[in-house]
Amino acid sequence: MAQFFETIILIFGLFAWSRSFLRYRSRDINFGEFTLWTIIWGGLILIVLASTPVYRFGKLFGTGRPIDVIVYSSIILLFYLLFRVFVKLETVEKNMTKITREIALKKK
Amino acid sequence: MVKIAKNSEFTKSKNVVLFKDLWIVIPAYNAQKTITKVIENLNDYGYRNIIVVDDGSNDSTFESAQNTGAEVLSHMANRGQGAALQTGISYALTKNPAAIITFDSDGQHDPSDIEKLALKVLSEGFDISLGSRFLGVQSNAPLHRKIALKCGAFMVYLFHGLWFSDCHNGLRCMSRNVSEQINITSDRMEHASEIVEMIKQNYWKFTEVPVTIHYDDESLKHGQSTFSAFRILARMVWRKVIK
Repeated sequence: MAQFFETIILIFGLFAWSRSFLRYRSRDINFGEFTLWTIIWGGLILIVLASTPVYRFGKLFGTGRPIDVIVYSSIILLFYLLFRVFVKLETVEKNMTKITREIALKKK
Repeated sequence: MVKIAKNSEFTKSKNVVLFKDLWIVIPAYNAQKTITKVIENLNDYGYRNIIVVDDGSNDSTFESAQNTGAEVLSHMANRGQGAALQTGISYALTKNPAAIITFDSDGQHDPSDIEKLALKVLSEGFDISLGSRFLGVQSNAPLHRKIALKCGAFMVYLFHGLWFSDCHNGLRCMSRNVSEQINITSDRMEHASEIVEMIKQNYWKFTEVPVTIHYDDESLKHGQSTFSAFRILARMVWRKVIK
């Protein structure tokens, strides 16, 4: 059962990386962003492939299967990324308000 | 003792602040049904210095307000009541006001209350006076609205340690000095909590004044729902996290 999940994750990782590559090739994302996604998806694939050391690593944190380490780490990473997105959104909103207010005052 | 005189009662006494020295800021969003009447009511009471900030309305709020002769500013996109208030205050400051009044566009405020608020600032030395529907005057607020407002006041107390019976009331009067210092950065309804925060941080002398709120379908539609109280709370917490 564990192997089945790891195969699914492996296929998903490869698929996600290919999407990043296609977006880089069509210049939707720059090289830096492509590198970041390569590290993320490549890391995921590596963890699945190198399951024995990860299994030992997972034992340290009390998780039985390598996939659990990936899932838990992913949740933490997602929360962090969500936080960053919200902070960025807040900055964009504030800038929008500033511009809107300035234009309103200037037009008067 | 400062008195507030209408333009027709002009006097050269230094202790008389003319209506023309009071500026009223009205943030308005999709308020075409009410804005004309709100401005006309204010005009009937002798208030002529009215600034409407149309906050990116989809309807004809801008044209309706302009037709009344009020000064109208326009946000090209909807940015929220807090943002509109700050725009209006910034513009009012260019008019050399003695004090600035904030007033809602949905018709729930009574122009007769303005004088009471203004006298607190201009005559009794308060930096800011805030209207309260829960003091003295029998409130006709629907029960769910009362609960939401009281919960909001309690949360503001928890956050800032100052108790206001009705801190989300949009009818306020601020001195020129406060108007120059105030900088509302909360775009949406949580600006009320931010104003309380500024009152505490800057040691502004404040008071609450009983005011009448007229509830009808339109004002209930525009006002804060019980659900929006939770949204405001979430944004208050979020602001604390990213500060």
